[in-house]
Amino acid sequence: MNRRDALISLVQLTALSVAGSAGASVISARTPMPVGTQPEALPKPPRKGGLAYLAADEAREVAAIYDRLIPQDELGMSASQAGCVEFIDRELAGAFGQAASVYRLGPIVPGTAEQGPQFTQTPAERYRSGLGALAGYCQAHYGKPFSALDGDTQDSLLRAMENGTLHLPAINAAAFFALLLQNVREGYLADPMYGGNRDMVGWKLIGFPGARYDYRPYLDKKGMALNLEPVSLLDGAG
Amino acid sequence: MAHARPKADVVVIGLGWSGSVIAEELARAGLKVVAIERGAWRDTASDFPPSVDTDELRWATRKEILQPPKLETYTFRNNASQQALPVREWSNLTLGYNVGGAGTHWAAASWRFNPFDFQPYSKTIERYGKGQLVPGLQVQDWGITYDELEPFYDRFERIAGTSGQAGVVNGDIIPGGNPFEGSRSRGYPTPPLVPSRWNDIFTEKTTEMGYHPFPVPAGTISRAYVNALGVHMGPCTYCGYCQLFGCGNWSKSSPNACVVPALMRQPTFEVMTETEVLHINKSADGKTATGVSFIGKDGVVGEQPADIVIVAAYQLDNVRLMLLSGIGQPYDPRTKQGVIGRNYSFQTLSYAYLWFENEYLNPFINTGCLAIQIDDFNADNFDHTGLGFIGGAGIQSLSNNGLPIGMAGVLPKQAPAWGKGWKKAFQHSYQNWAMIQGQGTSYAHEAMYFDLDPTYKDNYGRPLMRMTFDYNLNDKRSGEFIRKQCEAIAHAVGGTQVESYNFANDHYTPFRANDSSHTIGGVVMGTDPKTSALNRYQQSWDVHNVFVLGASSFPNNGGFNPTVTLGALALWTAKAIREQYLHNPGPLVQA
Ligand SMILES: Cc1cc2nc3c(=O)[nH]c(=O)nc-3n(C[C@H](O)[C@H](O)[C@H](O)COP(=O)(O)OP(=O)(O)OC[C@H]3O[C@@H](n4cnc5c(N)ncnc54)[C@H](O)[C@@H]3O)c2cc1C
Ligand code: SF4
Repeated sequence: MNRRDALISLVQLTALSVAGSAGASVISARTPMPVGTQPEALPKPPRKGGLAYLAADEAREVAAIYDRLIPQDELGMSASQAGCVEFIDRELAGAFGQAASVYRLGPIVPGTAEQGPQFTQTPAERYRSGLGALAGYCQAHYGKPFSALDGDTQDSLLRAMENGTLHLPAINAAAFFALLLQNVREGYLADPMYGGNRDMVGWKLIGFPGARYDYRPYLDKKGMALNLEPVSLLDGAG
Repeated sequence: MAHARPKADVVVIGLGWSGSVIAEELARAGLKVVAIERGAWRDTASDFPPSVDTDELRWATRKEILQPPKLETYTFRNNASQQALPVREWSNLTLGYNVGGAGTHWAAASWRFNPFDFQPYSKTIERYGKGQLVPGLQVQDWGITYDELEPFYDRFERIAGTSGQAGVVNGDIIPGGNPFEGSRSRGYPTPPLVPSRWNDIFTEKTTEMGYHPFPVPAGTISRAYVNALGVHMGPCTYCGYCQLFGCGNWSKSSPNACVVPALMRQPTFEVMTETEVLHINKSADGKTATGVSFIGKDGVVGEQPADIVIVAAYQLDNVRLMLLSGIGQPYDPRTKQGVIGRNYSFQTLSYAYLWFENEYLNPFINTGCLAIQIDDFNADNFDHTGLGFIGGAGIQSLSNNGLPIGMAGVLPKQAPAWGKGWKKAFQHSYQNWAMIQGQGTSYAHEAMYFDLDPTYKDNYGRPLMRMTFDYNLNDKRSGEFIRKQCEAIAHAVGGTQVESYNFANDHYTPFRANDSSHTIGGVVMGTDPKTSALNRYQQSWDVHNVFVLGASSFPNNGGFNPTVTLGALALWTAKAIREQYLHNPGPLVQA
């Protein structure tokens, strides 16, 4: 059969949940199917402007941390300049921040390293408590927030979190650092439609061409710099 | 009172690779087939066209089409003295959760196993004697040979459109192919892919080293193809959004692209989506199954009566459904009696990561399985005398990885992970990093198994499955042997920085980056009901109208990815049902 016939017969009509079944969608050769990309499949860029989850002072601290992790230099703008704070704010407000995919039933028992994370908190909660613990530490030791410290002090604090030598009350500092680092990279390198990677700065850093889908014209240009202009999934999102 | 649906001839649990292939065979034979799939309907144009697919964050990082641990997970411990804890977050077992199963987002390396892999016990005894097997290893023959499976391999490749270069056809060695492979009746349906720069470097050096490089057979197909079911496939564009993504070009072999379009035309077939099978129901005497119980996403429970029950819910859920349904005796590691949960094996990975000085590898040009491999150290292709292990690995230069979030952490160990230093190191590493993967065999051990967890439950209050697993001595030795080969090649190809790893040197963890997703065994086929749950036709020894399909049937893993073998076995079982079982329902092999 050709592709078009298959399509016409196949795209699911989600509303059609029927025919002698207990709540199931039953699909057969007789099921009429609409054509085209399903609305739920389309990219869902987060809304622009304002904060969705973080408080203003939290956003300021995240920016300070992120900009040590990915600073501005001759290779490009910093994480916050690239929109990574807006990015994580939207992520924390959404499915990721709410641990939508995570198995969270108890009992919660600490295990071996091999058994992996046994957190009770969602990523959104971990940002709140982690930032709170770090703010408390900086206040107690320096009398000011992390964002007001000089760069070297900030770096040494982050390094101590990273290697587990800094103990913050009630949170696992090393795990929080790992979460921050993972998220800042995501913001810097995900499609710009998610709020970060402004002007595709992260992609330009490494020469990644972005949302392209056909490299056949370049298969014989092996070992050569291709200098392909990156493209975003949504026009103008950058 | 559970809602009962009209009786079917066959109910298929799970519509991934195994389920779709066998459903198509049986529906085409005129049987009334009902498939029940936990995930939603997914298809190329409707759900992952190029305008949707090219989004690393959504698909590879947040894993939007995979089965979330929240829905169902398993508990894990390294040995029986530990308390197993739930795998709460995404792990390396990135399971399928839609029509197409993991076959939608797999990487599509499309292997046949080596003939040795089906008869590891008898061939080892014949060549080396029993002393070659480390204590506690559960090595056993499958009850089927490569030659018996060959026609079904051939058929599956014609459904999948596989691209490759034959190495042995009717006993003749063909230059450029894998000289160690089992003899094929003919070549691949489509020619090999265009190799990457990294693939070329590997080919050149391994040839110089006296090895036998060949293109990895690929389900990211090299040109347009009309498959054995009359379905059109398009040529792969090397888009690099492949593993963990659906394919927007109809070029990745998948149930969605290759099987479901033909299956949906069968008037005697229907699929219930977003419906989970809870368990298989048995007759009063326990000798046959009467059908399955399921729950819809609205929480309403129903029953699907059927004459034949096909369990095709992926290896993990196959084992769990058998345990929850009380079919076959659960394995007990203390007495070593029982078969369900026995013979769990995995995939022993070794790697060399290497960095060139000044390359343009252009890693974004790739497919899930763009690779050149040598099989000189796989299966029993080399003399194991004195080595203290059996098996080995396929060693390959894999170009499947060019997406930036995933690559951001792929740096030499001493490179900074953040700050200005990270930016510089990432920029260099992105174009200069390459990996040599040793994808190793794995054999079961008597202390490693599955059972039901005593503590943790799923959303319906039923026990999660518990995995007790760590690498055994055979894995450690074979992994170390392969690590050294990978490392030697990494130096030979000119890597200026080389790091090498034998994963089996550490305790197993489900959270290791670049680890395999290939879980194997637990409901294995074999010749003896004391050591296998299924006979050679993947039919339950205990309940003859239950057939269990998937890698759960493999008593051991080869040094290859598993899917083409489980697809071929599904076709083999379909034929046995059509030509033998339907005429005379009952055990196809006398215990
Ligand atoms: C990231 C990744 C890459 C891979 N790459 C390769 C590769 O390159 N080469 C290779 O050979 N293999 C590869 N594999 C493995 C391959 O995907 C599997 O071997 C194959 O899909 C297994 O087929 P199956 O039919 O057994 O299960 P699946 O294809 O997973 O299908 C099982 C289906 O059953 C459904 N299901 C489960 N439980 C229930 C229930 N209780 N009720 C109803 N439905 C249920 C699931 O939703 C799923 O759709 C890869 C796997 C992953 C995750
Ligand atoms: S690499 Fe090829 S097969 Fe894979 S998703 Fe892209 S076009 Fe499809």
